[in-house]
Amino acid sequence: MYFDNSATTKIDPQVLQTYQTVCEKVWGNPSSLHNLGEHAFNLLEQARKQVADLIGRKQDEIFFTSGGTESDNWAIKGTAIEKHIYGKHLITSSVEHPAVINTMRQLEKLGFEVTYLPVDKEGRVSCEDLRKSIRKDTILVSIMAVNNEVGSIQPIDEIAEVLKDYPKIHFHVDAVQAVGKGLGKMLKNERIDLMSFSGHKFHAPRGIGFMYKKEGRMIAPLLTGGGQEKNLRSGTENLPAIAAMAKALRLVVENEDEYSKRQQKIKEKIYDHVEKFDKAVIFSGRDKNFAPHVLCFAIKGVRGETIVHAFEDNDIYISTTSACSSKKHTVSSTLRSIGIDDGIATSAVRVSLDENNTLEEAEEFNNVFDELYEKFRMINS
Amino acid sequence: MQYTEIMVRYGELSTKGKNRRNFIDRLGFNVRSAMHDFPKLVVKAHRDRMHIYLNGEDSDKVIERLKQVFGIQNFSPSVRVERDVEAVKEKAVEMINEKFFDGMTFKVNTRRSDHHFVYDTNELNEMIGGYVLQNVPGLKVKMKNPDITLRVEVRCDGIYLSHEKIQGAGGLPVGTAGRAMLMLSGGIDSPVAGYLAMKRGVDIEMVHFFSPPYTSEQALNKAKELTAKLTPYVGRIQFIEVPFTEIQETVKHDVPSGYLMTIQRRFMLRLTEALAKKRGGLAIFNGEALGQVASQTLESMAAINDVTTMPVLRPVVSMDKNEIIKIAQKIDTFDLSIMPFEDCCTVFAPPAPKTKPKIDRARYYESRLDVDGLIQRALDGVKVTNIQIGDSFLNDSEQAFSELL
Repeated sequence: MYFDNSATTKIDPQVLQTYQTVCEKVWGNPSSLHNLGEHAFNLLEQARKQVADLIGRKQDEIFFTSGGTESDNWAIKGTAIEKHIYGKHLITSSVEHPAVINTMRQLEKLGFEVTYLPVDKEGRVSCEDLRKSIRKDTILVSIMAVNNEVGSIQPIDEIAEVLKDYPKIHFHVDAVQAVGKGLGKMLKNERIDLMSFSGHKFHAPRGIGFMYKKEGRMIAPLLTGGGQEKNLRSGTENLPAIAAMAKALRLVVENEDEYSKRQQKIKEKIYDHVEKFDKAVIFSGRDKNFAPHVLCFAIKGVRGETIVHAFEDNDIYISTTSACSSKKHTVSSTLRSIGIDDGIATSAVRVSLDENNTLEEAEEFNNVFDELYEKFRMINS
Repeated sequence: MQYTEIMVRYGELSTKGKNRRNFIDRLGFNVRSAMHDFPKLVVKAHRDRMHIYLNGEDSDKVIERLKQVFGIQNFSPSVRVERDVEAVKEKAVEMINEKFFDGMTFKVNTRRSDHHFVYDTNELNEMIGGYVLQNVPGLKVKMKNPDITLRVEVRCDGIYLSHEKIQGAGGLPVGTAGRAMLMLSGGIDSPVAGYLAMKRGVDIEMVHFFSPPYTSEQALNKAKELTAKLTPYVGRIQFIEVPFTEIQETVKHDVPSGYLMTIQRRFMLRLTEALAKKRGGLAIFNGEALGQVASQTLESMAAINDVTTMPVLRPVVSMDKNEIIKIAQKIDTFDLSIMPFEDCCTVFAPPAPKTKPKIDRARYYESRLDVDGLIQRALDGVKVTNIQIGDSFLNDSEQAFSELL
C-alpha cells in the first residue's frame, strides 16, 4: 500500500508507453530543419498546447524544465537577476519547500533581502502580514499553493487581490503539490505570473516539469545555450518525458473532480479514525482549507521514523513529514513554523494519497494503526 | 442555452430581383456545406427567410459557424416549446435570466401565424411579460428600445421563443459572383484579398507556387493551413499547387537581376491565367497593395499585368498595411502569415529589384526563354487538393499524436 504520493508517484503504464514510443519513434531533435526534426517539433508544440489547455493558459506561456526544483529556482533567481536594478527585496512564507527557501537563502548571501512571512496554526500566511511587508523595492512574492508537509492550501486568491495593488511585483506560486487536487480554479487566477510544476508528482517520469510564465513577464534564463524554449531555458528538449508528462497531466486533470473527491473521502476516513486516540495529534485539517491528499499526524512519544518503519513492516508506505528532510533527522520546518513543539514534531508522519488509493486501503490502514497504537502504548506506559 | 432552431435573415439578396432564387439556393448550399459535420441538422431556404433545424446538434458551435457564412444579414436562435402557455412562461424566464444584468429593460413581442391559438397577441404579451417580470427581480419593462426583446411566435407546430439577433457576416453568398483564382503566397495580404473576394460572392480557388528545395514543405503546408482558415466562409476551397522551381532557376540564370522579380511574376500570372481558363475562372485576385514593395509600384504592376487580358483584381490595393493587418487578425490568418518560412517570392529576391521596370525590357529578356515549354511543364506538375473546414496541415494533424498525448 503506497501512501507516500507527495514524495513521488508511480509512473502510469500508459504514460510509460508514451515515453517509450517517443524514444523509439520520435527521436529527432526538435530544432533540426529536416522532417525528423519537424516531426519532433510538432509533437513538442502539441504537448505544450495540451499542457496549456489543461491548466487554462496559453501555449506560449508554458516552458518545460527538469522539474519542480528547477522551476522554483528559475522563478526566483530569474526574477532576481532580471529585476535587481528595481529592487532587492523578496517575500516568501516560512513553510515553503526547500527549493524555495534555500534559493532565497542563497540570494540573501548575494545581498538580497528576504521576508519570511509567519503562518497561523494551520500553516497559512495572512494577507495583512503580506501587505505590511511589501516595500517599494519588493520584486517578488513567492507562495506555495499547497504545503507539502501538512497540506494546507494557501490563500492564493486573496494574495492575488492584495498584489493587484502592486502590479509590478512578480507573483510566483509553487504548485507542485496542487495538480489534480481540485484546485484548478485557484491556479487559473489571473494575477499569478509564474507557477512551478513537477511531472513525477502526477505519474509522469522524473526529471521533467514545467513553468507557467505569464505573457509579457520577464525573467532571466538560468540555463543559457542553444536558445531552446524561446531562449529562456536552453538544452535539447527532453521530448519523451515532455510528451509523457502532457499525457499524465491529461489523465489526471480530466478526472480531477472525481479523483480529488475520492482522496478526500479516504483522508476523512483515516482522519476520523486517528482523531479518536488521545495520544494522536493531527496537524492537517479535514475541511476545504486543506488539500484532499495530505494527512499529517503524530503519536506522542513515538519517533516519526519508528512509526514509518512499523507501518512498513505491514507493507504500508508512509513517510516522516517530507521526503527531502526525512533522511536528515531534522524537525519539519513547517511544523516548527506553525508552532508545534519540537518534542511532538519529531513524532510527525505524513500520509499522502493519489487517485489509485481506495477506501479499503484506508480501512486496512486504520486496523494497522490500532495494532501499532496499542503496541506503542504498552511499551511507553 | 441549447436552441432548437435558427432563423436566418438574408442580406443584400433581397434586392437582387430575378436572381433571388439563385442567391437563396446558393446560400442554402453554402450553409449546408459549412455545416457538413453536423449530420442531423436540416436547412430549409425559403424565399424570405432560412430556417435551420438543429435536431439536437450543438447550437453554440452551429452559431459560431453561421457567423462566418457570407450572405447572411443576421439570425436569431430560437427554442421551440409545446403550445402550452405555462411551458412558454418557464422557458421565457430561463432565457431572460441567461442574458439579464441588473437594471436591464425588456419587452415581449408576440406574433401568431396560427390565428386559431386560444390567446391573441396582446393577451400573450401580457401573460408572458407579467410572469417574467415577477420572476426576474430587477427587470423593468420598456416599450421603446428595450435591452432585451423577447420574441414569441405561435405556429401550428409549437411556440418559438427567441431573444437575440446575431449579426451575420454580410456580403453575398460565395459562388453567386462566379469563380476566380487567388494567388496565395503565404504572406499577410493574399488571404485578406481572398476573404474580401469571397465576401462579394466570388468562389475562389487558391493558386500557390512552390519551389522545392528552395522552399520547404512547411511553406507549402502553411499556405494550405491559410486556405483552411478561409474555408469556414464557404465550406471548402480547392488548393492548386504549381511547381515553380524550374522557372525560378531558369529565370535566375538567364535574366539580369534587376528584372528577376518582374519576369518571375509574369510567369506566375501566365500560369494563373492558364489555370483560370481551364477551370472556369473569370478573373484573378491577388494581395498586391500599392507601393508596399518593389513589385507593387504602378510601373511594376503594368509590366507584370502585360501578359494577360484577364481582369486582375486587387482588393487591398489602396489599403494601408495596418488596415490589412486588422482584417488578417479578424479572420485569424495573421499569426500564421507571419510564421517565418521562406516562400518562393523571397527565395530569389534580387538585392536591388527595379521599382520601375519597363514593359519592353521585360518582353525582351523573356524572348530568350522557352516560355511556352516552361509554362507547360509547370502546368503538367499541378496538384489540386480539396481543403475542407477543420482540415489541418501545419501540425502533423493532431491525430498523428493523439495516441501519444
